[in-house]
Amino acid sequence: MNNTLLTDHREDFPLLKQFDAAYLDNAATSQKPQCVIDAEKNFYEKLNSNPLRGFYDLSLAATDAYENARESVRRFIGAKSTKEIIFTANATSAINLAAYSYGLSNIGSNDRIVVSIAEHHSNMLPWQMVAAKTGAELEYMKCGKQGEFSDEEIDRCITSNTRLVAIAAVSNVTGACAPIQKIIAAAHSFGAVVMLDGAQSVPHMKTDVQELDADFLAFSAHKMMGPMGVGVLYGKQELLEKMPPFLTGGEMIESVRLDGATYAQLPHKFEAGTVNAAGAAALDAAIKYYEKIGIDNMEQREQYLTKYAFDGLSQIPHVNIIGSSDSSNHTGILSFTIDGVHPHDVSAVLNDDKICIRAGHHCAQPLLAHLGVRSSSRASLMFYNTTEEIDKFLASVASVRKLMGYRE
Amino acid sequence: MSNRSFYNEVLTDHNISPGHKHEIEGANFELEGVNPNCGDDIILKLRVEDGVIADGGYTGDGCAISQASADIMLDLVIGKSTDEAQRLADMFLRMIRGEATDEEIEELEEAGALKDVSHMPARVKCAVLGWHTLGNILDKS
Repeated sequence: MNNTLLTDHREDFPLLKQFDAAYLDNAATSQKPQCVIDAEKNFYEKLNSNPLRGFYDLSLAATDAYENARESVRRFIGAKSTKEIIFTANATSAINLAAYSYGLSNIGSNDRIVVSIAEHHSNMLPWQMVAAKTGAELEYMKCGKQGEFSDEEIDRCITSNTRLVAIAAVSNVTGACAPIQKIIAAAHSFGAVVMLDGAQSVPHMKTDVQELDADFLAFSAHKMMGPMGVGVLYGKQELLEKMPPFLTGGEMIESVRLDGATYAQLPHKFEAGTVNAAGAAALDAAIKYYEKIGIDNMEQREQYLTKYAFDGLSQIPHVNIIGSSDSSNHTGILSFTIDGVHPHDVSAVLNDDKICIRAGHHCAQPLLAHLGVRSSSRASLMFYNTTEEIDKFLASVASVRKLMGYRE
Repeated sequence: MSNRSFYNEVLTDHNISPGHKHEIEGANFELEGVNPNCGDDIILKLRVEDGVIADGGYTGDGCAISQASADIMLDLVIGKSTDEAQRLADMFLRMIRGEATDEEIEELEEAGALKDVSHMPARVKCAVLGWHTLGNILDKS
């Protein structure tokens, strides 16, 4: 595969152009291309007005910008209708919407909720809340040392009284892809729905919610080159129709009386208050940027970079990579430990060498405990990274133990 | 201040070969100190007899700075009265704020090796974790 494939696109990213460090924390947030920054700016310079409210041209234009973004999201994830695309503040608020609205009204004390142990806290704590409030049983689906879920474990967990299964399509710690098709099929065979966390998958691979037969899918704009402050909840229309509003107030009503209200149609029923229209317009630009380059091309490039980094890291003594021994099952995410060195020290040393990586528990404490790791370092890649940046990273990692006083 | 030059021998020795990272028999004071942001976690145990710190140790997990700082602290305060330990802990925290005199830094012995943390805001919490925990124990005793 061509090493120079797509590297030209670094020029599209203002921060990368003037930044002299290697940015390898893309799983936390991605950098933004100029077109995304311009789209947000353009909204405030040329379209700023409250969308969905005014009857004057400016407000109608703002509404168009907002609703066009919804259509782009629909197209990007292969949803049937824009009614199924709810804009939220981030992936966490999208999952909370599903938990409070769907979870609390559809799950009871005789039911079971299955949550994968590999979940980011944002797809775990909302379901702990639903279990606590409803008295439902909470079962954790456990992965093996390589982050994999066995058929036996899926069958053990997903039972006839299961109402909901929460699973990340890609783990933010191991980068492993979960067997979501199998899990969705198992859940559907018992009439359960699946809350897919797509925060780490949607930015890095083609997603088709109809092909997956997904019930709910949450993801964040800022991890896919869009702005911070915008998230998406996809939900099947038939599920969303029956759900009560999560937040109530402005712009989510049809009519309000002193003794009650009737609510707006989908998707606005779930978008109370003034929306982040400028952010949605910027997400629209990010999606068009994906479509211009081709997400399959980006994925190929990321697979190449992941293998390059994985092979290099595997050769450094005392470095242990968490998750799969196969680099193609890391989705750009390489979490690792260095024997005898705390991740906080690793990232401090790498910072001196102008390399940005994450250190800590990655908001997935139960997974790290399950894997027997207290905390780890994490490098995460995006198509715009280069092998030169990875070389710099590998050299820095290789120097850490000596610096910390170890002889070998 | 770069981290690369900060990890000196005093620090790395105490981190790799700590003298006090162990349980304390007959400990009569115990307190956990945590930095939720970075996951540093120590459990400090002291055996205080007649107002003197007869022995002390810690267990836990954290970065080199948090662990070495706790170990260096115990070297300094074991055998001292609780009043004296409190005075030294206050002095250390002053040093980290960049407010200690050269004489005071000298008095802190090896703990003086951490003085440059005053120029590293991201590592202040790591360096003071053990000392804050000690201060909290002494307040109670």
